[in-house]
Amino acid sequence: MKKTVLYETHCSLGGKMVEFAGWALPVQYSGIIEEHERVRNAAGLFDVSHMGEIMIGGPDAEKFVQKIVTNNVKDMDTGRVQYSPMCYPDGGIVDDILIYKFADTKYFLVVNASNADKDFKWMKDNIEGKVEIRDVSNEYAQLALQGPKAQKILKMLTDFSLEAIKPFRFEQKVVIAGVDTIVSRTGYTGEDGFELYIRPQNAEHVWDRIIEAGKTEGLVPAGLGARDTLRFEAALPLYGQEISEDITPIEAGLERFVKFDKGDFIGRDALLKQKEKGPDRKLVGFEMIDRGVPRSHYIVQVGSMEIGFVTSGNFSPTLKKNIGIALLKKEYCEIGTDIEIVIRNKAMKARVIKLPFYSKKRRISL
Amino acid sequence: MNIEKGLKYSKEHEWVRVEGNRAYIGITDYAQNALGDVVFVELPETGADLETGDTLGVVESVKAASDIYTPVSGTVVEVNDELSESPEKINESPYEAWIAVIELNDFSQLDDLMDEYEYEQFCSKEG
Repeated sequence: MKKTVLYETHCSLGGKMVEFAGWALPVQYSGIIEEHERVRNAAGLFDVSHMGEIMIGGPDAEKFVQKIVTNNVKDMDTGRVQYSPMCYPDGGIVDDILIYKFADTKYFLVVNASNADKDFKWMKDNIEGKVEIRDVSNEYAQLALQGPKAQKILKMLTDFSLEAIKPFRFEQKVVIAGVDTIVSRTGYTGEDGFELYIRPQNAEHVWDRIIEAGKTEGLVPAGLGARDTLRFEAALPLYGQEISEDITPIEAGLERFVKFDKGDFIGRDALLKQKEKGPDRKLVGFEMIDRGVPRSHYIVQVGSMEIGFVTSGNFSPTLKKNIGIALLKKEYCEIGTDIEIVIRNKAMKARVIKLPFYSKKRRISL
Repeated sequence: MNIEKGLKYSKEHEWVRVEGNRAYIGITDYAQNALGDVVFVELPETGADLETGDTLGVVESVKAASDIYTPVSGTVVEVNDELSESPEKINESPYEAWIAVIELNDFSQLDDLMDEYEYEQFCSKEG
């Protein structure tokens, strides 16, 4: 199992270590619900060093990125971050990635840990023009500081005007606690926050200083468990659940990240066909009416007819309800539709509701 | 980790408290700690006849669903309805938050369970 540079730090903080995508990571410290609530109301610090990073450079870098992702990077300014699916020719998703534009000739892609090797190979197999692709995952540790107090806490450690970093933008060489970092206003929790890319040897120092600085603001270290419940409430997709090689961005409600007018890209034909015809199935949110916790892969039915499956489900710490996301046949996707979730061979009543379950109000505390 | 005195323990981390021919069954402090925040408990039906190893209920935490097995056989005579409204009691006081009561039909089964010392040794091996 791979260990991040913060492995010992997590153990000393009481983190319960589990395996995730080949990495030893803390699933929780004090408790998932406690950590979840802290991120919603104050702040949480996550070690996300397991994420993969791929650098794409060279004169044809832009052309190449345009070909492999569905979003349009052409009009991106330097300093922007863009979310995009990366698809197979049939429209299934290879991965969903964050694209940082360093220059017209240099893009920094952040990919899921579980897909990093696959993604790297996929890119190499599809290489075209003068492009250099480098797996730079080992050169970066990554921290995510998330929550309404994130900016206030990070400000204690830097002279940089963090308020100048707008959502989905980043700055290079921001000095945090004396350490050069790349700082982006991004995250995976539905809250305001930052992601920091740091040289591994400096990660522990930065982690410790953030934890220390955040103490008075209610910051806690947070684990994979809270990361999952937070992203789930915000209906942010998780690869392998909401999206996969068998689920397209159109089905997953990610059409706004598919830019058909940008020219050709891998998956375009299949996705365009699906968009024009309308997808046969779609992701919806639902809440349980009967008691029971829905979980991913549970069957969804109406009467005794199977109409889809749950992609993610859990108790929502913010809503205090059992809720889920499901991929259903299109006829059953309207809000208010009564459906049944099969939990341990019993059909339990549920109802289709609006996504996302949670979205933050503007409440960034400065 | 807290191990309550005077109870019997199973390898699946259930505890059994015997009063007369009634066996109160719950999950241990070790188990609740491993599960994390409990958000739902599925209770058995009263009147159900269960054999050792049958599912007594399901405890769902934020992390996952875990089956709870009965360490003794007999008839379910009472269930702890309080857990339907307040599943978190399992985290707060695992030795009070019993899940169900089983009327014992074979007291010798209790001899197959661990006492507190044996259970402590068992848990330390599980890490």
